[in-house]
Amino acid sequence: MKKKSLTALLAFMLALSMALVGCGKSEKTSGSAKEGTAQSTLVYGRGGDSVSLDPATVTDGESLKVTKNIFDTLLDYNDNDTSIKPALAEKWDISKDGLTYTFKLRKGVKFHDGTDFNAEAVVFNFERWANGNADKFPYYGSMFGGYKNDESHVIKEVKALDDYTVQFVLKRPQAPFLKNLAMPPFAIASPAAVKKYGDKFGENPVGTGPFVFKEWKRNERIVLEKNKDYWMNGYPKLNQLIFVSIPDNSARLNALLKGEIDLMEDLNPTDLKQLEGKKDFQIFKRPSMNVGYVGLTVTRGPLKNKLVRQALNYAVDKKAIIDAFYAGQAEPAKNPMPPSIPGYNDAIQDYPFDLEKAKQLLAQAGYPNGFEMELWAMPVPRPYMPDGKKVAEALQANFAKIGVKAKIVTYEWATYLDKAAKGEADAFLLGWTGDNGDADNFLYALLDKDSIGSNNYTYYSNDELHKILVEAQTVSDENQRNELYKKAQEIIKDDAPWIPLVHSTPLLAGKTNIKGFNPHPTGSDKFTKVEFQ
Amino acid sequence: MFAYTVRRVFMVIPVLLGMSLVVFFMIRAIPGNPAQVILGQKATKEAVAALTHKLGLDQPWYVQYVKYLGGLLRGDLGESIRTGTAVSHEIWPYLAATLELSLAAMFIAVIIGVNAGIVSAWFQNSWFDYAAMVLALIGVSMPIFWLGLMEQWIFAIHLDWLPTAGREEVRNPIEPITHLYLIDTLLQGNTEQFVEVLQHLILPSVALATIPMAIIARITRSSMLEVMKSDYVRTARAKGLSMFWVVYKHSLKNAIIPVLTVIGLQTGLLLGGAILTETIFSWPGIGRYIYDAIGYRDYPVIQSGILVVATIFIFINLIVDLLYAAIDPRIKYN
Amino acid sequence: MAELARNQAPVSVRQEKEESVSLWKEGWRSFKKNKIALVGTGIVLFFILLAIFAPLLAPYGINEQNLSLRLQAPSKEHLFGTDDFGRDILSRVIYGARISLWVGFFSVLGSVIVGSLLGIVAGYYGRWIDGIISRIFDIMLAFPSILLAIGIVAVLGPSLQNALIAIAVINIPNFGRLIRSRVLSIKQEEYIMAARAIGMSDARILFHHILPNSMAPIIVQGTLAIATAIIEAAALGFLGLGAQPPNPEWGTMLASSKDFLTQAPWTMVFPGLAIMLTVLGFNLMGDGLRDALDPRMKS
Repeated sequence: MKKKSLTALLAFMLALSMALVGCGKSEKTSGSAKEGTAQSTLVYGRGGDSVSLDPATVTDGESLKVTKNIFDTLLDYNDNDTSIKPALAEKWDISKDGLTYTFKLRKGVKFHDGTDFNAEAVVFNFERWANGNADKFPYYGSMFGGYKNDESHVIKEVKALDDYTVQFVLKRPQAPFLKNLAMPPFAIASPAAVKKYGDKFGENPVGTGPFVFKEWKRNERIVLEKNKDYWMNGYPKLNQLIFVSIPDNSARLNALLKGEIDLMEDLNPTDLKQLEGKKDFQIFKRPSMNVGYVGLTVTRGPLKNKLVRQALNYAVDKKAIIDAFYAGQAEPAKNPMPPSIPGYNDAIQDYPFDLEKAKQLLAQAGYPNGFEMELWAMPVPRPYMPDGKKVAEALQANFAKIGVKAKIVTYEWATYLDKAAKGEADAFLLGWTGDNGDADNFLYALLDKDSIGSNNYTYYSNDELHKILVEAQTVSDENQRNELYKKAQEIIKDDAPWIPLVHSTPLLAGKTNIKGFNPHPTGSDKFTKVEFQ
Repeated sequence: MFAYTVRRVFMVIPVLLGMSLVVFFMIRAIPGNPAQVILGQKATKEAVAALTHKLGLDQPWYVQYVKYLGGLLRGDLGESIRTGTAVSHEIWPYLAATLELSLAAMFIAVIIGVNAGIVSAWFQNSWFDYAAMVLALIGVSMPIFWLGLMEQWIFAIHLDWLPTAGREEVRNPIEPITHLYLIDTLLQGNTEQFVEVLQHLILPSVALATIPMAIIARITRSSMLEVMKSDYVRTARAKGLSMFWVVYKHSLKNAIIPVLTVIGLQTGLLLGGAILTETIFSWPGIGRYIYDAIGYRDYPVIQSGILVVATIFIFINLIVDLLYAAIDPRIKYN
Repeated sequence: MAELARNQAPVSVRQEKEESVSLWKEGWRSFKKNKIALVGTGIVLFFILLAIFAPLLAPYGINEQNLSLRLQAPSKEHLFGTDDFGRDILSRVIYGARISLWVGFFSVLGSVIVGSLLGIVAGYYGRWIDGIISRIFDIMLAFPSILLAIGIVAVLGPSLQNALIAIAVINIPNFGRLIRSRVLSIKQEEYIMAARAIGMSDARILFHHILPNSMAPIIVQGTLAIATAIIEAAALGFLGLGAQPPNPEWGTMLASSKDFLTQAPWTMVFPGLAIMLTVLGFNLMGDGLRDALDPRMKS
């Protein structure tokens, strides 16, 4: 009796679950049917959400990636490097003394709200930034030497000569001025919209770019739609561009494999294998403009000694690290800046992987039996270092061979940067992606004594280097400038405040039928020419 | 009863006040300045100092706390440092996402858990009883993040039956009304989206359901066993009522009180405890919202987020307690 | 009256001791008969032995990197396969038992000690001290516990030790409340009233009478709490807030395995199974202990 009813009950439950599975199957077919139609919407998967869509107010790459497509800048970078091409400005003249820049603007361009783009709009934008402060427009201050009333402010005035001519007068020459103008933060916004939305402009961006802002759902997606009146005839090709945030690199890849997204950035190099031999997917390689390094805080313990820092440089097997954790998609670094940047010193010989030499230097420095230190590992993936903890483990094994016992320590990302900036780390992993392809943006930003407390985390300070780097900021002759930077790299190599590890090639993966996509070294891509075939 | 209720409600106030104080100090003890975090690695010192001032973070702690508390009393949960939006305004979609997930999980847990418990008690010491109880024990022993990963691997990637992550199809986004997507899609009469939402819900809610399911099954079983031993059930049996009727109608009615308690408690726990499931399935829920806010040092979001979750939790507990006190099961024996 | 009490007190103390002895004896007898509990104990013992004899049992070292043998599927050489450093997963899982048991045991020990002290003070002295301590427990219990743990680790910095502290802290109120209610009920019993009446010191009453009488529920609750603590430690490890590499903590291993979900599922399966089995062992054992020792459940 008991048994019978139990069996009956189970049979009933089995039937029920069968019905449910059957249901699931039919749902599946309806889901895939709509993928057959021609595609004009591109879904781009990335690691995080934007902070604000007013490009002048942010410093994070996730915001600029989106604003790059809503706005245009006066000048733009070429597709594959950071050389300059016309954008909103068609032509320009530079006076002999390098102090006056005159731009001829493109005519007939309209902002998404229907207002005209003209010289007044350009002046309005630059006035807005110059009248701001470091809190409101952080990039402006760091690229143009400050704000309106600051002594160091580079721009003397910006004026409209006529409706379509703008003139910039500088107080002193600035070598990378044009490159700076092409940076996405200095995109021209609609004055009418800025006035209308005020503080809320960052949520209601209006530019002249190829795509019009439509919707932003925080932490999930940003939807842009085609600008039908874009000034480049026949472009953009896509009807819709959607940015979605999927924080985990592998989860993002799964989403791509399942067709939930079309294109993804930050593919784990170790996941390359998964895409091998899959016809439906292609790999995009972003030209490298970054450096991943081990910082050796020069104010701490044995690391105060230059010989110790050099010894650690000798002890690292960069090749093995690149093979294992970058799947070969990186160049070993010998300088603090990547080879693509003018002024790169290729004559420098890297410290070879030589444990004997390393031990010898350690003994010379007074540490024949090595020492103990902390090695900080980044908790988050970065393009220059997809997995900080893994690299740290490999380095730990390397250092152990010369008697240096490294203890791997990590903090939550914000804490990590905060503590490192205070000089609390012994050795730490970090990196940098260039903003404008200029040497100053690497060497001065990361290693000059002025940058201690901000991005010079090693507290490295060398007066000779400081003199060279400051001089190079104002020299306008390209060759003379490059010579200065080459000298700077020699000094840095000898002082060894870093172990430069890699210049990685950030990987993207997307559907094979995506055409016209050229990943840009700055990490912000314009989707104007992208289409599905 | 009324006095008891009032007393219990009033006891909630010091607890919430204490919590707000604990959270306030704890997050300020975490190293890292919110201004630096928001402006990022590339910000200048001046920018950080300026933003710190603007956010009022350079004021003494007691000023900041009193301001926050004053805001709370006026029903103002503060403004997110990162997005500049009022927390009270932006919190609902996240809360709704977690609510939907938790309720779906509890639905599964209750349906399967209660039935498994009943059948186990009914056929005590049968192979089903043993199997169900062993499964229940495995259920409570399972790290749910592991279960989530296994589900993803098997059902989403290997078999490709269900989506891996998220709440909806990116290409077919839902226009939110209540932000409870199952309801929204029904209101809009969009069956295609309704099915999509359901598909996205299955894996995470099953993962989240395991532990409550196991606990509910065990409680139901032991509670049922007690009731079924009672004279009155024997009498009912002797009267010739069918076993199914006796079990599901009479016994369940009397055994349900402890089960309801557990269901209430577990629902409360899921609201704040779904962080790992939300992480694995990229579910935009309240747990993730607060966890991410810790990463951004978004003080108002962390403070108010935890407070909201805790308030809901406390009130669920309160209601369960009051129900428990109000319904004395023995009165209903007749 | 006082005279009477003095005469009676020793007798009841002795009685109470005998009672507690018989509780343990009887408990052991019924525990032995409980097959499921014995299976649980077996599993726990198995993992304890694994932890103790890890160096003898593990076929490879835990940090033996061999990058040319990355992500190898299970084979005769590597029964559980290898991870992305080419390390033997079986060896790491075996050593991982040390970490998980260590965290589970010591975090619970910490919660028991602090929780008992607070609970005893609250229950025995009552009044405003009880009010304060009970409110603190209420506050802690109102937190979503995983968020509280994450917060504590964020303040202290992620490491195994800090994860242990965080787990200990979040479990304090559970033990605190248990002991408090225990003390409240014992306090009302005659022999304690008698002991008080004859002027026995508070400390003596607490440590000689109340504490021993609270041992049974502590042991039951503690065993079950170890199970939870192991899962919590793994969860923190999974979020990157627990054990740091290259420690073979199971949760940390799972965290790195999620990158290889499709390529190398074995990196995920085995550490997860290890967690599940250990936790199951403690749960079964705890259930058995409750059935055997908890007088309320006995009838």
